Amino acid sequence: MRAHGRLLLIWLVTTLATACGQTWNDPYAAADSGANILYSAFTDRPKHLDPVQSYSEDEAGFNAQIYEPPLQYHYLKRPYTLVPLTAADVPKPVFTDAQGHPVAEDSPRLAFSVFQISIKPGIRYQPHPALAVDGAGKPVYPTLSPEALRGIHAMKDFRHTGTRELVADDYAYQIKRLAHPRLHSPIFGLMSEYIVGLRELAETLRAEDRRMTEQGRAGEWLDLAQYALDGVEVVDRYTYRLRVKGRYRQFPYWLAMSFFAPVPREVDRFHAQPGMAEKNLTLDWYPVGTGPYMLTENNPNSRMVLERNPNFRGETYPSEGQPEDRAGGLLADVGKPLPFIDKVVFTREKEGIPYWNKFQQGYYDASGIASDNFDQAVRISVEGDANVTPDMEKKGIRVETSVATATRYFAFNWLDPVVGGDSERARKLRQAVSVALDWEEFISIFANGRGIAAQGPVAPGIFGHREGREGINAQVYEWENGRPRRKPIAEARRLLAEAGYPGGRDAASGEPLVLYLDTTDRGPGDKSRLDWYRKQFSALGVQLEIRGTDYNRFQDKVRKGAAQMFVWGWNADYPDPENFLFLFQGSQSRARFQGENAANYSNPEFDRLFEQMKHMENGPQRQALIDRMVAILQHDAPWSFGYHPKDYSLRHEWTGNVKPNQMARNGVKYQKIDVDLRTRRRAEWNQPVLWPLAGLALLLVAAVWPLLRSWRRREAMTAT
Amino acid sequence: MIAYIVRRILHALPILIGVNLITFALFFVVNTPDDMARMQLGVKRVTPDAIAKWKADRGYDKPLLWNEQAQGSARLTDTIFFRKSVRLFVFDFGRADDGRDIAREITTRMGPSLAIALPTFLLGLYVTVSFALLLVLFRATYFDLWGVVLCVAMMSISSLFYIIGGQYLVSKVWNLVPISGYAEGPDALRFLILPVVISIVGGVGSSTRWYRTIFLEEIGKDYVRTARAKGLGETVVLFRHVLRNALIPILTGVVVVVPLLFMGSLITESFFGIPGLGSDTIDAINAQDFAVVRSMVFLGSVLYIVGLLLTDISYTLVDPRVRFE
Repeated sequence: MRAHGRLLLIWLVTTLATACGQTWNDPYAAADSGANILYSAFTDRPKHLDPVQSYSEDEAGFNAQIYEPPLQYHYLKRPYTLVPLTAADVPKPVFTDAQGHPVAEDSPRLAFSVFQISIKPGIRYQPHPALAVDGAGKPVYPTLSPEALRGIHAMKDFRHTGTRELVADDYAYQIKRLAHPRLHSPIFGLMSEYIVGLRELAETLRAEDRRMTEQGRAGEWLDLAQYALDGVEVVDRYTYRLRVKGRYRQFPYWLAMSFFAPVPREVDRFHAQPGMAEKNLTLDWYPVGTGPYMLTENNPNSRMVLERNPNFRGETYPSEGQPEDRAGGLLADVGKPLPFIDKVVFTREKEGIPYWNKFQQGYYDASGIASDNFDQAVRISVEGDANVTPDMEKKGIRVETSVATATRYFAFNWLDPVVGGDSERARKLRQAVSVALDWEEFISIFANGRGIAAQGPVAPGIFGHREGREGINAQVYEWENGRPRRKPIAEARRLLAEAGYPGGRDAASGEPLVLYLDTTDRGPGDKSRLDWYRKQFSALGVQLEIRGTDYNRFQDKVRKGAAQMFVWGWNADYPDPENFLFLFQGSQSRARFQGENAANYSNPEFDRLFEQMKHMENGPQRQALIDRMVAILQHDAPWSFGYHPKDYSLRHEWTGNVKPNQMARNGVKYQKIDVDLRTRRRAEWNQPVLWPLAGLALLLVAAVWPLLRSWRRREAMTAT
Repeated sequence: MIAYIVRRILHALPILIGVNLITFALFFVVNTPDDMARMQLGVKRVTPDAIAKWKADRGYDKPLLWNEQAQGSARLTDTIFFRKSVRLFVFDFGRADDGRDIAREITTRMGPSLAIALPTFLLGLYVTVSFALLLVLFRATYFDLWGVVLCVAMMSISSLFYIIGGQYLVSKVWNLVPISGYAEGPDALRFLILPVVISIVGGVGSSTRWYRTIFLEEIGKDYVRTARAKGLGETVVLFRHVLRNALIPILTGVVVVVPLLFMGSLITESFFGIPGLGSDTIDAINAQDFAVVRSMVFLGSVLYIVGLLLTDISYTLVDPRVRFE
């Protein structure tokens, strides 16, 4: 018993000693107290950090702080504007014919668009062992033996690091990596249609990889510098040219994504050494960039840490913004060198409750709002404005809202014999359902009001989206008292009757109309939502059968065109209407061509207009074309346009320079923290309450004392 | 004893093959290699070529169990099942479908899992056995009655309630320990106190009732009457004689779980942010990562078999009448 007591004492002393000098419930190391650190959380571990493979939002939260593609989005300006990052300017395409002679943009001989990108000199990579060189300029780690790797488990275990200047070759090397046979770039398929020679390079590399495998050299480094890519030409140390087939006005947007960030050849060679992959010493695990931060701790099970890149070149805070940005204090740091924050600690929080509680305790600087916590955090005024609740306000917490460049929709499968196709009967049926589905009610009930009912596919903030009366979907809405009002259900019933289903029965056969919704919502928590759908259809007299299925089967049905109706969504890759309207392009049909047109909509007139619109500069002509296209979609109703989600995030008063940006993911470098204020608030909010411990001890004594007395009495009785 | 252990290990081989086969069948009834590829590659801009390439790179382009195209033994060996299973038997777990080295992942995550599971197990055993003995010591008193009522009440409450309620009260309202998180070294103590205490409290009700039943059964036996007759105090009778003789049923339930402590706890690790094997298994199931799922199931089966073996060996230690025959 004495030994146990001693153990307990050691435990308590260690715990108290560790907690000394900080609040007891502080989840961070005492040494970090008062440091200029941004604390954030992530839910899902990143699958890929290799810029050629990474495509998800979660991964971009890390990669965008590390990698620097040539372009970026302006942090403050709206609409979203491309500005140079490592490039000297935003490249303008030069159009050429098949022989490379310049031609006008509207020339029928136009064969290629050439983008010449000049990068700023003097940009340097973060310190990295792959870039370490000896006195003679040779790599320190050219061939690592198994013995040399024995004591190495993370990148920080390498003794030597080095850096070098960013050059145009690094960008060219990365573009070739899109075609790497051992990597899976999600945009290879798309890019191989545009970048000249990319598909051919992929075939060459695949053949070479096969040959290496046959020779027993599987997995050896494939030096991409040895292979030419026709569409990429390095002009000089700081300049490269990209040759793209035809006109592709949207191409510069891709140059703001990490797919086009630089990767040095030395880094690729370094990670290809035998034994590295077994220790997760890969580019997929340890990104290498020129950005403001570098990943110094990668434990995706628990936490990931970004620290200031000591070689960062000193980009400065933007000097321009929106008129309201000055009043909001977002232009107070104009011209100051970035980044403001020294370190970013991302902690994995798989469950929402601990995340939310830690935010309230001040241990996270920002938080999203789960549906369960929405009423606790936010109040929506009669005018529809979002404000924090008095409790949150008292703590200095602010709410930031922005409409996502995304859309959630209810799709009708164009290939379905009942709801699909170009017949007037099917069109009226779709229109009737579109009127009956009350998305305003859906947003209010199931999204806590976090969304805007969609009038068309193009999200607000994107060129082509129309506000006000001229933007409403006239098939579904009327303009009344300065705002759109959904047409009454009687109108939906009239359309249904015109479609040949009066009262929800087939006029010819008298059979009730039964429609089918495929969904992955099957759990008890989804019941209310599914009931809501049933209610909307029953208002028309139509029976709705819900076909609940797992995600795999659901995707399979959509892919095969076997789902009649389903709910789906799209997040924009870049802020251009093309990125929404291509979802209706016939050549993108999911069932026919495995494209992104999940509803399999097909309309030759729409496709013709799309081809025109795609290549136009933003302006009245393009807007007019988009208006026509959206009108066609509203009339044909391949989707019931659902809603554009609204993102809500909460921030503590000590965070600064925060402006929601749906396109830029590299915003951490602009943000700042008032560390002293945070330390004070945390101390105020997290004073340990000790009376429960004393109470517990008293309770134990109160329980044990009579037992002890009773036991002694019984022992004494036994003895007698 | 060695012959017995060897025999048990040989018996384990068909069990492990069976477990592997069942895991394989269950996994591929729900998921296809195409689904797995899509899960890894994402839902945007995934082309059929990319899916085919992903499957070919990871060996998921083969038939599941029987290769009609192959000749001879390759019909069996050139299949997903064979290629993905056979190396497990030499504990070569290979790579996860997202590229991670599974063996390294297991060794990294085993520590945090043990850090929470081992104290929970040992302290929990200590607390529940002690509490059960106390109830037996004061049997047929109000303490016993209310103790059993308390146990029934405690075992009726969901473990999730203990976790959420404990986090709210102890970490949020009283600010005594961090709500969730993990650190290496001595700092880990701050993160482990709450999950360990909650896990123990959550398990006290059912375990105490079980042990109380065992002790009550023992206490009615002749040797106990003899011990009392020779004048031994009730405490001595309970702690020296009853506890020792009740060890066989206790060991049956306890030793078998010892190796499984390495596998961690699914819910506790998720809620407390402990980067252990339990939360990795959940992640793998959600991500349809067959490589990790089969490795974890295989490892769990091996550890369970080891646990059963240890249980049998432990019987011989506490009861000299038990022999390896």
